[in-house]
Parts: sequence; structure tokens; C-alpha cells
Amino acid sequence: MTSPLLHLDGVAMHYGTGSTAVNALVGVDLQVHHGELVAIMGASGSGKSTLLTIAGGLVRPTSGEVILAGQWLSQLSAGQLATLRRRTLGFVFQDFNLVPALTAIENVALPLELDGWKTKKARRAARDALGTVELAEQADRYPDDLSGGQQQRVAIARAVVGGRALILADEPTGALDSHTGEVVLRMLRSRVDQGAGGILVTHDARHAAWADRIVFLRDGRVVDQAEYAGVEHTLRAHRA
Amino acid sequence: MSVRQSLLTILEQGPCYGYQLRTEFERRTGGTWPLNIGQVYSTLDRLERDRLVERTGVGDEGQHYYEITDAGRDAVRLWLTSPVSRTGATRDELAIKLALAVTLPGVDVAAIIQTQRTATLRALQDLTRMKMTSDAPTSADDLAWSLVLESLIFTVEAEVRWLDHSESVLVRARANAAVAPRPVDGDATRRGRPSKATEEHAR
Repeated sequence: MTSPLLHLDGVAMHYGTGSTAVNALVGVDLQVHHGELVAIMGASGSGKSTLLTIAGGLVRPTSGEVILAGQWLSQLSAGQLATLRRRTLGFVFQDFNLVPALTAIENVALPLELDGWKTKKARRAARDALGTVELAEQADRYPDDLSGGQQQRVAIARAVVGGRALILADEPTGALDSHTGEVVLRMLRSRVDQGAGGILVTHDARHAAWADRIVFLRDGRVVDQAEYAGVEHTLRAHRA
Repeated sequence: MSVRQSLLTILEQGPCYGYQLRTEFERRTGGTWPLNIGQVYSTLDRLERDRLVERTGVGDEGQHYYEITDAGRDAVRLWLTSPVSRTGATRDELAIKLALAVTLPGVDVAAIIQTQRTATLRALQDLTRMKMTSDAPTSADDLAWSLVLESLIFTVEAEVRWLDHSESVLVRARANAAVAPRPVDGDATRRGRPSKATEEHAR
């Protein structure tokens, strides 16, 4: 197997000291490959969000190593880390986090322009990315003129634009109704099937089931992993 | 499963013979619950006994046709307009297993929950793959299948939630000695048939 896009090796995160110390993550090992979607499940306070912020290089772990796209994050300066994040990672949040004063295409082009791309080239890439989430026709609309599901699809386009390889999604369906949530998951799944890697944090098993692997966290530890192995449900035989 | 009501409901559309009924039932329920042909005929026998259907003739290949009676139509209407009863506890193997596990000493309940959750999540992933690869329904049969599939997905999801809940209840309960597991109650045997040794001891 090729080297993973993301590798968390023995990652631990502790807050506070003495009697108030909290072990948010304890010895977590996790790999995400190209074309793989990994769901992280667990109760509130289990460490899901901490894991996502560490995977995204936003917070450095107390111990252990994070290797993103072949680079050891502990060895990068803050500036190098910011550049790597900008070029490799895309975040998708529960509340979309689009800039209201910018159109859909401007929102998607924004991270590329921040990275020094010329406006015209960035817009072209953004238009392509919006096409992949079937929103090319809404490119010039402002977020307020888009439905929640459409806004989240813009956020997915923004997360993958410019060849960024790893999507980190924090409860991306949390603010959407059941049907719209599924449309968004279908888009996320499709981006991953085309070669991106993804981490999907969710408390909803029905949504986690769209992933190739489901990792369960409790008290900062991985307690369970369910991997999709093409298990043949008896239904398949009946439907054949 | 309500094979009896289902077959009767299909028969309301017109006379059918056994194999035809089986095909119609399976087609309309996404092939989710395959029927044994023997089960179809024994059900038809009971429906005939209860005067809800009657035999109307024999086809070219010797197959018996069944037709619904007026009493049968009333039974169909009653079934379709009445809610399915949810008041009794269905016998669920997993619930029984966990119930026994928390009361008996020496059983690792947490391990049972974890093993089950992994298996249940895999089943959920498999059902979800079927859903992912399903196109939007283009016929009533497709629509029926997608509803059946969603029903299975929601049921399996509920099991995952219940397992998570059970796990956290268990963690909290561990601090309370009153709910600790206990061995089989020796007193309970006195309520049953006395053993020979007990009878002799009583004399």
C-alpha cells in the first residue's frame, strides 16, 4: 500500500496538570490514505474535535507525531506549517463558514488567491471545483441566496480546490435535514472516491456508515474500529 | 412477518395462484423476505379454512387459482388501516443476551457490546453501500425497495445508539454495588419441583 496521506503516530494530548489534568487523547494511531474516508465517532468529550484539530495541524500534540503528505509536522516552522495546511488541507464545518460578502466562486477561489494564485487562474479552478459538486450554475450567487445544502457543497468545493488532498469535515451534516445531509455525504464520498482522503467527524452512525472505516473514541482512546470489508449482507443475494 | 395479510392484500387485486403470489410478494418488498413456496400454500390453506379466500378454478398447467372473499376484503381493509402493534416486547436475541450478561457474574459485558457494535456498524456500512449504489426510484417496486432498505438502515442505526447508551449506563452503574451481577438464586429452585434429596431431607 502507498504511504498514507495522514499518519497519526502515538498521538497524545493533555491539558492542565495535577488533579485537573485532562487526557484528551491517549496514544492514538490513525492512518488515512488517498481514496479513503475515515469516520470518527464518539460521545461528547471523547476527543473527536481534538483529534481533528491535531490532524489539521492547528494544534501540536503533547506527544507523538503527525505526518501529513510525507512531512513531519513537528519539524516545520509555523510559516511552513501554514503553507502546508493551505495547500494540502480543506476544512468543512457544521455551519459552512462561507464569507457572506463573497459569491460562491469567490469563496472557493479565496484559499488559492491567499496562496498567491492569480485571480483568473484561481477563478477557473474554483469554477471546476463547483462543477464537481454540481453547483456551476450557482457560482455567482452569494451564500445567503443558497440553501444550506448548497452552501455546504460550496464548502466541499472550497475544501478540495487546487488539488488539496485531505478533507477534514466536522459534523458537516449537523445543520442539514436528513435528505440534504445525504446529498452532501454523496458529494464528499464522490470526492474521496476520486482520490482525496477524508476524515468525517460525526455522532451519527447512519452518516459514519458512508466511510470506509469507522473509528470509535472513548475518553481519548480508540476503542473500536469497523472497516468496510465488502461484507455480504444476505439482502444482496436476494436482490441479485 | 405478516405473510397472511400480505398475500391477502395482493389477492385483493385479482385471483392468483401460489407461485404467482410468491413472485408478486417478493417483487413488491424488494426481495428482502424470500418466501418458501410451502409457506405460501400452507397460508392459502389457512386463508381458505377461514373463508377469506376460495378456490376459483384450475389453470392450463393445473395450478389452482385463489380469489378473495368479501370477508377477506374486510380483513385487508382492517389490516391496512390499523397500526402495527408495538405494545408487546419482541424477542430480541441481543437484548436478551445483554440482559443476562449484566446479571451474571464473570461475563465481560463491555466486550460483548464492543464486538456487537463493530458487527452492527459493518452491517450498517454494507446497507449504506447498497443505498449509495441505488439510483433514484423509477418504479413503484424501486420505491418499495428503497423504503425497505431505509427501514433496515434506521433499525441498525438504532441498535448502534442503544449499544452506546448501554455502554455509558454500564460505566455509571459499575460504581453502585447494589446492581452488581449475582449468581443464580438458590431459593428459586424451591418454587419448582423439589429434588429427591430435598424431599428425603424433609422427611
